[in-house]
Amino acid sequence: MLLKNTYNELIKILAKPRSYLGFGALTLLVLIIIFAMKLDGKSIISFVTATFENSISFNGHVLNGNLIAFIILQMLIVHVPLLVALVTGDLISGEAAMGTIRMLATKPISRNQVVMSKFFAGAIYTFLIVVWLGFLALFVSRFIFGTGDLIVLNSDGLVILKDADILWRFGLGFCVAFLSLLTVSSLSICLSAFTENSIGPIVATMAVIILFTIIGSLDVTVFDTIKPYLFTTHMAAWRSFFENPVPLKDILQSIIILVLHNVVFVVVARIKFSKKDILS
Amino acid sequence: MQNETIIDVQHLAKSFGSFEAVKDVSFTVQRGDVFGFLGPNGAGKSTTIRCMMSLITPDKGSIELFGKSLQTHRKDILRNIGSIIEKPDFYKYLSAEKNLEIFARVSGAEVSKIEIQEMLEFVGLANRGRHKVGGFSHGMKQRLGIAQTLLHKPELIILDEPTTGLDPQGIIEVRNLILRLKNEQNKTILLSSHQLSEIELIANRMVIINQGKSIVEGSVQDLLQAEEIVVKVVVDDSEKAMRCIAQLETAKNAEAFSSTEIEVLMKKNEIAAFNKFLVQHDVAVFSLEPKRKLEDYFIKIIQA
Repeated sequence: MLLKNTYNELIKILAKPRSYLGFGALTLLVLIIIFAMKLDGKSIISFVTATFENSISFNGHVLNGNLIAFIILQMLIVHVPLLVALVTGDLISGEAAMGTIRMLATKPISRNQVVMSKFFAGAIYTFLIVVWLGFLALFVSRFIFGTGDLIVLNSDGLVILKDADILWRFGLGFCVAFLSLLTVSSLSICLSAFTENSIGPIVATMAVIILFTIIGSLDVTVFDTIKPYLFTTHMAAWRSFFENPVPLKDILQSIIILVLHNVVFVVVARIKFSKKDILS
Repeated sequence: MQNETIIDVQHLAKSFGSFEAVKDVSFTVQRGDVFGFLGPNGAGKSTTIRCMMSLITPDKGSIELFGKSLQTHRKDILRNIGSIIEKPDFYKYLSAEKNLEIFARVSGAEVSKIEIQEMLEFVGLANRGRHKVGGFSHGMKQRLGIAQTLLHKPELIILDEPTTGLDPQGIIEVRNLILRLKNEQNKTILLSSHQLSEIELIANRMVIINQGKSIVEGSVQDLLQAEEIVVKVVVDDSEKAMRCIAQLETAKNAEAFSSTEIEVLMKKNEIAAFNKFLVQHDVAVFSLEPKRKLEDYFIKIIQA
């Protein structure tokens, strides 16, 4: 029954026009970035590398597909949660607002299975979004700009990664990015179980992300103890795969915290929805 | 298999905060019944039905369906029920066929595309199967709702206010569909409605609830038969008719309203004898119209 309802949930997601908004927006944004980099990328790169030109000489194909993919990911990973929440935040509350949750809850499927099937369908949608972002960022960029060594600027300085050493980093980076976005999906489904308003959970999810991000960026001692436990602190963990050496311990810690958040959000959603009187 | 109890609700109670929506509702439905669930707005009908469909958890009381407790056998029980609670809501962005496919997939039965097509034909929507439900009228949604309740061939059908918001044509269509379910498929049907005439036309048994309590339960015929009703009689000469009626003990409170119209209070099963009596006394009877029906009985019960 869980599989059957997950299939149902996917049919519903794919039939909604808003589900394609994410794919459309990503395509447009990536094409805009690629267009801008094609037009003016060299001067942007020169501006960034100017700081190091006294100590390092940059030769070869610096503005390559790998760098463009990294820039795209860096820029868009902040916006993708909104595109995910737009679809997943509506999965329970949207049905309550429409009245179909009443029809569904009178069928021989447990409330837990309803929540889990929505979680799995949300996860599949999130995965598709990440795959599409990966395809656009990596393959389209590499096709247009070619390949080459990747120069990454981080807090410790410049990291230069060999072309042959890139793809696995992107692969694992996308996996962690998927886990981050899955946390956003679980949070929005959890919030969705608390209300019968279809827009509320989408707005609330974004509000939580913004709030946690602000707390994470504030240099205030009182927040220092909670910062490591906020999921937003670990949403950029994918970047760690572009450090040399890769800080595996930090990445593992981020993965554990993101997984725990997912578990908590899903359990809360299950408990809330199972005990809920359906009055819509 | 008659006299097998399909629904057994005992002393059901449910509150929302300080508001007691259902205080003490009890009734039983036997296999093959078309059971009327009557009550004024706010009496607790929908809350009771929502408890029976496990949409809300009752505070007190027991609900048994097919001899099993709803609390412990929820899935088994729901597999055998088709229902429309208040109004059928569908995924507006999907076609009628896709909606039925989705609900069939979680109904616990294997339903083929051919069966879906046959069901759409049964409810008169065969040529609208591929159309999006968003464009359907309320009547069409109601018929699609009935298709959805029948798709997995349930033994029990629960229809909560199925004719609310329908135009007269829609009411007749839904009523005919219910009668077909009763006559052709011998389904057990629980029908909640405040369209009392509908219950009288369709149901064989009923319960009346008011202010969250069940007041009376029994056969529609018995409950109404025992009641005295007002009969409007149109005759050729009301004065002559009144003189005849004065000799009768069964007809009470006779009153002439015009030279041809009289109203008399009597039991329903005495109308035929009354007609015969008038004719035997040379009074030409043009019509006998019982006025006091379920509506009056209902109001009398509620007021009591």
